[in-house]
Amino acid sequence: MEKQEYTITLYTENSIGMIGRISGIFSRRKINIESLNTSPSEVEGIHRFTILITEAEEVVRKLCRQIEKQVEVLKAYYNTNDELIWQEQALYKVPADVITEKAYVERLLRQFGASAVVIRNDYIVFETAGHREEIDRLTEELTKYGLIEFVRGARIAIIKDSAGFHSKLKQFEKEEPSQEVVENEFLEQGGNVFTM
Amino acid sequence: MSTLEKTQVEEPKATETAIQLSGSQAVLEALVHEGVNTIFGYPGGAIMPIYDALYDYSEKLEHILVRHEQGGIHAAQGYARTSGRVGVAFATSGPGATNLVTGLADAMIDSNPIVCITGQVFASLLGTDAFQETDVINITTPVTKWNYQVTDATEIPSVLAKAFYIAKTGRPGPVLIDITKNAQIQLFDYPGYKKCDHIRSYRPSPIIRNEYIERAAAVINAAKKPFVIFGQGVILGKAEQEFKDFIEKGGFPAAWTVMGLSALETDHPQNVGMLGMHGNYAPNVLTNECDVLIAVGMRFDDRVTGRLDKYAKQAKVIHLDIDPAEIDKNVKTTVPVWGDCKETLPLLSALIQKNDHLAWVQKFRDLEQEEIKEVINEELNPSTDIMTMGEVINVLNELTGGNAVIVTDVGQHQMVTCRYAKFNSSKSNVTSGGLGTMGFGLPAAIGAWYGAPERDVVAIIGDGGIQMTIQELGTIMQFGAKVKILILNNEFLGMVRQWQQLFHDKRYSFVNITSPDFVAVAKGYYLEGQRISERANLRNALKTMLDHDGGYLLEVMVGKENNVFPMVCQGTSVSEIRLK
Repeated sequence: MEKQEYTITLYTENSIGMIGRISGIFSRRKINIESLNTSPSEVEGIHRFTILITEAEEVVRKLCRQIEKQVEVLKAYYNTNDELIWQEQALYKVPADVITEKAYVERLLRQFGASAVVIRNDYIVFETAGHREEIDRLTEELTKYGLIEFVRGARIAIIKDSAGFHSKLKQFEKEEPSQEVVENEFLEQGGNVFTM
Repeated sequence: MSTLEKTQVEEPKATETAIQLSGSQAVLEALVHEGVNTIFGYPGGAIMPIYDALYDYSEKLEHILVRHEQGGIHAAQGYARTSGRVGVAFATSGPGATNLVTGLADAMIDSNPIVCITGQVFASLLGTDAFQETDVINITTPVTKWNYQVTDATEIPSVLAKAFYIAKTGRPGPVLIDITKNAQIQLFDYPGYKKCDHIRSYRPSPIIRNEYIERAAAVINAAKKPFVIFGQGVILGKAEQEFKDFIEKGGFPAAWTVMGLSALETDHPQNVGMLGMHGNYAPNVLTNECDVLIAVGMRFDDRVTGRLDKYAKQAKVIHLDIDPAEIDKNVKTTVPVWGDCKETLPLLSALIQKNDHLAWVQKFRDLEQEEIKEVINEELNPSTDIMTMGEVINVLNELTGGNAVIVTDVGQHQMVTCRYAKFNSSKSNVTSGGLGTMGFGLPAAIGAWYGAPERDVVAIIGDGGIQMTIQELGTIMQFGAKVKILILNNEFLGMVRQWQQLFHDKRYSFVNITSPDFVAVAKGYYLEGQRISERANLRNALKTMLDHDGGYLLEVMVGKENNVFPMVCQGTSVSEIRLK
């Protein structure tokens, strides 16, 4: 099976050591995490992890099972890029004189929808968000004009499906024990049985 | 003590005059309320407050002082395996805790319910490289089902409750709770102990889905050559009777993994033997002939499946397991039946047709004859004067009648014992299956005896493995566990030697291990024992060992270069199993 980008979304309890426990599941299998975001979710006490890896679907499915097996993980989902809307955020620190003197740079920043966060005499900090390639392109251009500092955030993503994860999560919390069943691609039955 | 009991209420009532307890006392109260009666442990600086509190609990909690923390956790594993309860081990911080790691890994891969309590340096010293400080939580994360560090005593009752709940529910596993010394000393208003029955993120027992049961039953009912393979899940689910009802109604031949051994009595007419690398001939060969493979509480370990792309490719696979991560992990499933087999097996039994599959079962018996002729006859009744491991086990069977708990270490003796030992009842086989931990046998046997003190416990160990944890003879000496130690000495690290012979042109690289005078060592620990090398003395020596009231060590000299056959060699299919 061909490798491609997968975004893994998981919901965990907010406890110390979760990142270590989760990242160990990847490192044990010598799989590189390309980007990792973790922050509180919309549900109180529940954290959302967004993890980007490049792997075959078979591997990703097994990883999600192993992740979900962890006591403090509520649910783990995986999606391909075309099932998601995703963004990375970036901050650029650019010398102030470059902006004032070079019209091209100013146009470039407008074009990428960058907005100024801090303006000082010596430098200006811009912020933008987008797909990785867009941010890469802007970074490349700005580097030519004396980019002082650059930082990018991890991917965050939301699924296109109108139901979203929120209702699934609420469902999981409501039912004890869970109604969720394990997905099985070989069971030739309608998609409604499978919930993963 | 009696005042503590009175404060134990179902719902904590904060308004009543709360009793003050130390964190250490709260730990021991938790153990008492969880029904723990035996602890295996070793004290040290960072766990001293708990040991101090333990001094007052000696009537309720029996503490067995082991000789090494690895021995402590293996003993807890043995205890869990024969008693079906949670095994508990104590260790101090730093080296005490790191010595637990092998046992945790073993318990993790073999799904043993274990709770380990480790002491830790004062919370104020965490991260300062304090004396005997080590990052136990991070070291043990991949080898625990759950772990947690307590730095405040008020957390202790709920964390311990959670630890026991996690260890024993769902697919069992080891849990480690690390408690800083300040939390052990800290006095707090004790709210009483409340057992845990729910964790927000944890669903140990899934709802059984009837559509899967129905689908599985339909596949089974259409089968001409159904074959059941089972593992420890049957034992962990306490589903031995449900399992037997299932195979008896369907008339299925049933074969076991090493971890599933003893869940079905050896003499059952549908028990067709052991799966895997050194398993029996028929179940391995016919795995690749059955049309429906029904896996119950087993995880398709590579030692069971051999080469995966040639494993049961012709068969539809039904997999009953409580752990959804096992479904499709190694072998693609046609119908997964997710749930506790205690519940799923009766549902399935209700829907399957009564059948006997006589001709199909006979096929196993026919192939068994081949194995008897080629392998078993010579192993059990050797034509030379040199004793074989198999004949020792065979005589042991005759003397115990199959009623003993058999504990093994790891290696040739383990495979031979699993192949030939006779079992009449469940929870009678204790061995390190997944991790293959040499040194497991002796301490696990001590724990196995505490888990089932009314039974004969025989630890069968090689001359290599016994030397890894031989210090636990001291534990037997001091606390009187009536463990019978049967050393099968072939003066080699036999399994590695067998591989070197078969796959490395007989280049015997560092497998020639010498041994001390084991009987003299036992005598040094005030344990009786003897060494035999003549067949004529075998039966009497085994009888003397079994009849002795107390621990005993019997060393039997066996053939130096005997091999364990049949064998599914690495990288080959189960149906390519070699008889010689």
